[in-house]
Amino acid sequence: MRVINHLDELESESIYILREVAAQFENPVLMFSGGKDSILMVYLAYKAFYPAKIPFPLLHIDTGHNFPETIEYRDSLVEKFGAKLIVGSVQEAIDQGLVSEEVGFNASRNGLQTTALLEALEKGKYDAALGGARRDEEKARAKERFFSHRDEFGQWDPKNQRPELWNLFNGRKNMGEHFRVFPISNWTELDVWQYLAKEEVPLPSLYFAHEREVIERDGTLLADCGFINKRPDEKVFVEKVRCRTIGDVTCTGVWRSDAENVEDIIKEISTTRMTERGGRTDDKRSETSMEDRKKLGYF
Amino acid sequence: MSIKNTNSELLRFTTAGSVDDGKSTLIGRLLYDSKSIFQDQYEAIEKVSERRGEEEVNLALLTDGLKSEREQGITIDVAYRYFSTPKRKFIIADTPGHIQYTRNMVTGASTANVALILIDARNGVIEQTKRHAIISSLLQIPHLVVCINKMDLVDYSQEQYEKIKDSFENFASKLDVKDVSFIPISALKGDNVVNRSENMSWYEGATLMYYLENVHIASDHNLIDNRFPVQYVVRPYSDEYHDYRGYAGRVAGGTFKVGDNVVTLPSGFGSKIKSIVGPRGEQSDAIPPESVTILLEDDIDISRGDMIVRPNNQPEVTQDLDVMICWFDHMKSLVPRGKYTLRHSTQEARCIVKEIQYKLDIETLSRDRENIEIKVNDIARVMLRSTKPLFLDAYKENRITGSIILVDEATNNTVGVGMVI
Repeated sequence: MRVINHLDELESESIYILREVAAQFENPVLMFSGGKDSILMVYLAYKAFYPAKIPFPLLHIDTGHNFPETIEYRDSLVEKFGAKLIVGSVQEAIDQGLVSEEVGFNASRNGLQTTALLEALEKGKYDAALGGARRDEEKARAKERFFSHRDEFGQWDPKNQRPELWNLFNGRKNMGEHFRVFPISNWTELDVWQYLAKEEVPLPSLYFAHEREVIERDGTLLADCGFINKRPDEKVFVEKVRCRTIGDVTCTGVWRSDAENVEDIIKEISTTRMTERGGRTDDKRSETSMEDRKKLGYF
Repeated sequence: MSIKNTNSELLRFTTAGSVDDGKSTLIGRLLYDSKSIFQDQYEAIEKVSERRGEEEVNLALLTDGLKSEREQGITIDVAYRYFSTPKRKFIIADTPGHIQYTRNMVTGASTANVALILIDARNGVIEQTKRHAIISSLLQIPHLVVCINKMDLVDYSQEQYEKIKDSFENFASKLDVKDVSFIPISALKGDNVVNRSENMSWYEGATLMYYLENVHIASDHNLIDNRFPVQYVVRPYSDEYHDYRGYAGRVAGGTFKVGDNVVTLPSGFGSKIKSIVGPRGEQSDAIPPESVTILLEDDIDISRGDMIVRPNNQPEVTQDLDVMICWFDHMKSLVPRGKYTLRHSTQEARCIVKEIQYKLDIETLSRDRENIEIKVNDIARVMLRSTKPLFLDAYKENRITGSIILVDEATNNTVGVGMVI
């Protein structure tokens, strides 16, 4: 008899969730950050509905502080799958006076993304927002459901979550409320890389080791760019680095690495002793910073 | 682990336990010894433990993710943890053990291949042990592994181990469990967890890790009775695929092969499988739990909620459900004449509670037919009637086509879960 391996099983589980969203909701949207997890999500969505087109648009919340490589890759992916792209802009939210820019050396637009995201969800009347969050990433995300209910303010109530049993998902809600849905909840970082390698998915160059001008702050390397306020004593130097996660330039750390291809990356992360979000300065603001942000509607 | 080394199965197991039985220590050890705890995670919980004035690094902080859980020092919700060895990938559903969290234990048990039951070697079989075993049996977890823990505190006594094993076996004979194994361990010292114990040469069985890596799980799915609940109809509406109608879903039982004669429910129309499309293109057959798209030879009207089966092997088609319900709502009780939305496989219907037959005591298995007010965490046998026919199998035969959830129509919350008798 054929043996279903763990990647096949995870793939089938995620495809099941994606189809369940298309069946249970009227107007879903797929949140696309440009990172490997959302790239995986787009590939899985393509497989779930093949040969029909992906039946929901991609939504990118643009902080305006991107690695240029991210935008380039995003546009090529959208073209490849004939998908529809919607961009929610943090800059617009700032211009409209909905939020104001953080100041100081650690200023980041990461927190402001929440407002732009909720704004975009409301404007598009989306009733389900698919995201590529995984439970192994962070302790608050470990408690997340596949179908995660959000009230009319987009808030998450972690103490009052709907139970999920077998493969029965309850997407009922009142008008104005929505769901966040996380089809790849059960994947680990290693699973994602093994799958992307097996499927030979082309990836943004940022994930592979390259020379880059960086600064070092609180033990984390940050890419030097016009959006970071440098302290007077912070020096710019060149290192061979790669991104382990891709987010806003201002809060995504880069790693010293020699991994030039996917096989090297898999070797690197199966021996590393640091978690992938270890380089995210947004998580380091406090012990419960992810839980606090998620309650307010952060992705 | 390399790219090629991806041919490993996925095993889901559940644990349940209270503060003192060593569950967190055991999970911590499995994660630590399989190198699944990262340095920055370890440093973070080391810092918190130190701040709280705890002597040792508290590994429970790894699984207790929410602020309120960390404040109270208890697991409230189901926490999912991941680790892998070269042989398998594991998902742990870690649940609280106290009676007031029965619903969380039931949730963790619903998808598990293995239930890991911990017994403190000093105390033997206690109420909580029985509760875990009964829930595992009700939820039909295929394999039970009973770890008799803290053997170091009873001088690694074989006599004590045999005594506890006998008493558990004696109790379990009343339950519907097929496969039970016993392992004497010390999670704290590491005996028989990953490495064989030098202190218990009298024990000749497997270590816990060996058991988890090798227990046969390929037959945990029903591979006999063909069941394909249609989840979504794929219609490309393009010139290239003009008449394409693909029935997408996840195989819930049996093996579907190209060329098979099939019947669709509820219409009863017959057809033949023309092709099966999986994530990597066409495939000759599909087995559980694969997500595929099935194309039929004939153009018949099929929509979400319908089921594709074999002509000579069909589920029961009925509006009357005899179910064991676990009640999840702490605001309202389950009452006769109560109306709910019901979800079964890919079907949705409404239902009414016709009769509550008895309440089950999950510590003694006794049936209470007098006091049948069903409150949160209670388990009861109930008769339901649905607004339309459902395609049911007994939960014992198929966990997917034999399970339902009930949704409160005012709050939209999932208030009950049921297993078809």
